Amino acid sequence: MTLAPETTDLMVQLRLDDGWFTVCDLNVLLPGRGVAALLPDGRQAALFRDRAGRLYAIDNRDPFSGAAVLSRGLTGTHKGRPFVASPLLKQRFDLESGQCLDDEAVRVGTYEVRTA
Amino acid sequence: MTATEGATPTIVLVGHGMVGQRFLEALAERGMTATHRVVVLCEEPRPAYDRVALTSYFSGRTPEDLSMTDMEFIEKEGIELYVGDPAETIDREAKKVTARSGLVVDYDILVLATGSFPFVPPVPGKDAKGCFVYRTIEDLLAIEEYAGTRTTGAVVGGGLLGLEAAGALKGLGLTSHIVEFAPRLMPVQVDDGGGAALLRTIEEMGLSVHTGVGTQEIVVDEDGAVTGMKLSDGSELATDLVVFSAGVRPRDQLARASGLAVGERGGISVDEQCRTVSDPHVFAIGECALASDGRVYGLVAPGYEQAETAAAAIAADEAEELTFTGADLSTKLKLLGVDVASFGDAHGATEDCLDVVYSDSRAGLYKKLVIGRDGTLLGGILVGDAEAYGTLKAFTGSVPPVSPESLVLPAGAGESTQLGPTALPDDAIICSCNNVRKGTIRGAVTEHNCTTVPEVKKCTKAGTTCGSCVKVLGQLVTAELEASGVVVDKGLCGCFAQTREELYEIVLALHINTYQDLLDRYGREDARGGDGCEICKPAVASIIASLAPTIGADGYVLDGEQATLQDTNDHFLANLQKNGSYSVVPRIPGGEITPEGLIVIGEIARDFGLYTKITGGQRIDMFGARVEQLPLIWTRLVDAGFESGHAYGKSLRTVKSCVGQTWCRYGVQDSVRMAIDLELRYRGLRSPHKLKSAVSGCARECAEAQSKDFGVIATAGGWNLYVGGNGGATPRHADLLAQDLDDAGLIRLIDRFLMFYIRTADRLERTSTWLERIPGGLDHVRDVVVEDSLGICEELETLMTAHVANYRDEWSATINDPEKLARFVSFVNAPDTPDPVVGFVPERDQIKPDLPLLSIGMRPAEDVLEGTAQR
Ligand code: SRM
Ligand SMILES: Cc1cc2nc3c(=O)[nH]c(=O)nc-3n(C[C@H](O)[C@H](O)[C@H](O)COP(=O)(O)OP(=O)(O)OC[C@H]3O[C@@H](n4cnc5c(N)ncnc54)[C@H](O)[C@@H]3O)c2cc1C
Ligand code: SF4
Ligand code: FES
Repeated sequence: MTLAPETTDLMVQLRLDDGWFTVCDLNVLLPGRGVAALLPDGRQAALFRDRAGRLYAIDNRDPFSGAAVLSRGLTGTHKGRPFVASPLLKQRFDLESGQCLDDEAVRVGTYEVRTA
Repeated sequence: MTATEGATPTIVLVGHGMVGQRFLEALAERGMTATHRVVVLCEEPRPAYDRVALTSYFSGRTPEDLSMTDMEFIEKEGIELYVGDPAETIDREAKKVTARSGLVVDYDILVLATGSFPFVPPVPGKDAKGCFVYRTIEDLLAIEEYAGTRTTGAVVGGGLLGLEAAGALKGLGLTSHIVEFAPRLMPVQVDDGGGAALLRTIEEMGLSVHTGVGTQEIVVDEDGAVTGMKLSDGSELATDLVVFSAGVRPRDQLARASGLAVGERGGISVDEQCRTVSDPHVFAIGECALASDGRVYGLVAPGYEQAETAAAAIAADEAEELTFTGADLSTKLKLLGVDVASFGDAHGATEDCLDVVYSDSRAGLYKKLVIGRDGTLLGGILVGDAEAYGTLKAFTGSVPPVSPESLVLPAGAGESTQLGPTALPDDAIICSCNNVRKGTIRGAVTEHNCTTVPEVKKCTKAGTTCGSCVKVLGQLVTAELEASGVVVDKGLCGCFAQTREELYEIVLALHINTYQDLLDRYGREDARGGDGCEICKPAVASIIASLAPTIGADGYVLDGEQATLQDTNDHFLANLQKNGSYSVVPRIPGGEITPEGLIVIGEIARDFGLYTKITGGQRIDMFGARVEQLPLIWTRLVDAGFESGHAYGKSLRTVKSCVGQTWCRYGVQDSVRMAIDLELRYRGLRSPHKLKSAVSGCARECAEAQSKDFGVIATAGGWNLYVGGNGGATPRHADLLAQDLDDAGLIRLIDRFLMFYIRTADRLERTSTWLERIPGGLDHVRDVVVEDSLGICEELETLMTAHVANYRDEWSATINDPEKLARFVSFVNAPDTPDPVVGFVPERDQIKPDLPLLSIGMRPAEDVLEGTAQR
């Protein structure tokens, strides 16, 4: 595995209602660690990259505390699916569906994400 | 006004306390809420809450935490709940209840659950300013407010509640007295021997106990505020505040006034169905009821049983003919940190019974079992150690499978036996609050597929009230899972089948220095190649960091892969707060700081608008920093010579000190210097859980070293080393490991002790729990680190020497590394924009998090600016 910044020109983009929104350079995203992006309408997204290089984006707001911190959680794999654990009270969220794994009734929004 | 009348029959509940709430649940379970209109009149300004746990308010539980009322439940069941509106009169002829607001409700069935009121003895001055009772959340709030700047408090009554109230006063910082008329504390529950053990322990905690004396008068000043009390032995006790806790009396006034029969000493007379003996349409349950066995029960468990009984009778559920004919009065409490339990025939009232007593006054232990002629366990009293309560209580009424003596002997003495709950019969009651039998708990696992304690609690209600049975519950669930072939996995997490100790050995022996390498080679089959999880990542990161120089890793936690494994606190080298801001704690070794140092901290806090607070660890915490401010703050701190205090890491926190020999007239060694030396030696040492220490200059122990993971107390001949102490949720006094050590000897021994702990402890296991868990306990640890019985001491010392030599301050390393600094932003695409939901509002001349801001997500633009302008 290599964690040294790769020299790519690839940019990470999120799909918003009016098209693709460029967030950052791919090499800023360390596998296993998230970053937060400020969207044009004031919302916040949390972006992650897993070990295999797949990208995910969910809403950054932790629905349990209201704080915008999901990008600062630790990621992992649960039953083959990628998740992030909130750094505040540790509830886990599926990175693909936004579903909270510890409370059926809770789900956060997700975004389509790509490199270009 | 008359509340709407309909064709549906109406049930009116007067009193929404613990028992009233349980009654509503019992009605709902029987489908009664669907067929009936249910109206609740609640006197208190808030719906039912957990009165049993009232005192936990003083340990940080809020009134909201104490609430037992799920408003969703009330709404879903269509219950009409009138809060703050007590019933004032009952017209039984017309079957109407009138509430204070003027609301009139017609009932078909009336249920009284009005509880009790605290009895206040008729002494002169009892209504003075500063006199309180202890029953409701409002009482607590009033006591707390009055206690404010006052210094002394006294509790009248040394029973269960009196001791709880005294503990609360002590918790509020008052010098506390307990005045008890009887010759011993807790006269109802314990006998003389138990009372004596309890007295010693309570006095050792700094509470003054006056037994065998009555209160004759409350003395007041010219403003009518309490200044003291006159006692029956002629003495006077100065006090600013008095809490009466001299027993409770059933609240039967409303019932009396409506002509319902009450007992001679109070209590609404009911039959076995909890129906009042005077009126078939009226029931009484809980503390206001005089049960058919002629007793008024002052505990919640019998009340719950009555609630179920009444609900069943009202539902006329033939299938389930419940009766209430009496209840068990077993209790277990943790008062002021002392375990006290009594169960069954605790006082040996049964004819021909025998006692088995174990007592150790030095350790504050007293255990008595009452045994029948045929060996049946009839009851008992446990003071100081009530571990066995759950099992013993469940065995009450049967002949235990081992000798009773072995059940009261302390572990390690002679042939003591730990009687597992697996030996219990299926009909043994495990949770007496909710009347749940062992068979039901086993059924939850085998039939309802529960696999965890929380699931079993939800499924059976066991363990959801006083919590004293949860330990036994856990043992039963594990045993049942094991019996049904489910292998109870001892692995660290879903990714690793090994324990933390096993992973440590693998990392050390094979010099594995990355998480991925460890996961791919030693993880569970299906976890290899994956992303791991939030449990094993920080745990493995900590092992790698503790062993860094030895296994060839970089000890810096933000380096390479390490950065991706850390919890957010370690990742930002600061502590995350509830609104997403961080706190900053610079190291202040031994608590010693120069005026210049204080000024720098003050200036930084002022310039960044941070909330400052002196911590419990003898240093200063600055709260409310946003991520992007952390490097700016730290640049200034590092410039002034400060370094990371590791308040965020599972690592050494502080070594507190007392002022010691240099200034103090009693000091026999330089405790400040030793504390600084120790703090500088072990700073940055990553460990399974945080490590705390303290050094006191003499046996007076002002630094509280005996509550620390390793504590040092000066002696005329050197230093005594104590280990395994803990404050926090489960306090533990440290054990003496070695005496009269010289400086070098002390440090060598601590080196070995810490490294042995780091090597063998579980994840998040403090030294206290570790010491109690590892086979052989303290004796084994002493053998290993003092006698070198395993021959590993040299290795332990080498590991520590390597750590000390390799130490670098994480914050100065970080502020000098532009690539790492780039991570300290709220937004990757807008590095200069602060997170708009991190806002603050003023409080007591400082800031606090703006919590409403979090719940609305985001404020309109101008508000955002305003909210952050003061920063
Ligand atoms: C700031 C401080 C309270 C204060 O205002 O005084 C504090 C604050 C926190 N404590 Fe503490 N503890 C503080 C002294 C203590 C003490 C007193 C002491 O150290 O002498 C204790 C009891 C002693 C002990 O640990 O045995 C204490 C027992 C705990 C515990 C319970 C530990 C246990 O073994 O039961 C936790 C929870 C945990 O660690 O799992 C905890 C956890 C926390 C955390 C880290 C909770 C969290 O994860 O957010 C708090 C965050 C601090 C922050 O954001 O800066 N804190 N905490 C004190 C910091 C001392 C320092 O300078 O570093
Ligand atoms: C500090 C403390 C600690 C305790 N610890 C324990 C323990 O460890 N174990 C244990 O088993 N028990 C304990 N108890 C006792 C336990 O709390 C009671 O047994 C239990 O609360 C009784 O429930 P209840 O519903 O009968 O009465 P309550 O919970 O007192 O509820 C009665 C309610 O009725 C209301 N009411 C009264 N009159 C009217 C009216 N006319 N109209 C409308 N409402 C009215 C009252 O305001 C009150 O809210 C403790 C009690 C206290 C105070
Ligand atoms: S522990 Fe002893 S030396 Fe230290 S301050 Fe207290 S009395 Fe003085
Ligand atoms: S015994 Fe009180 S909750 Fe189980």
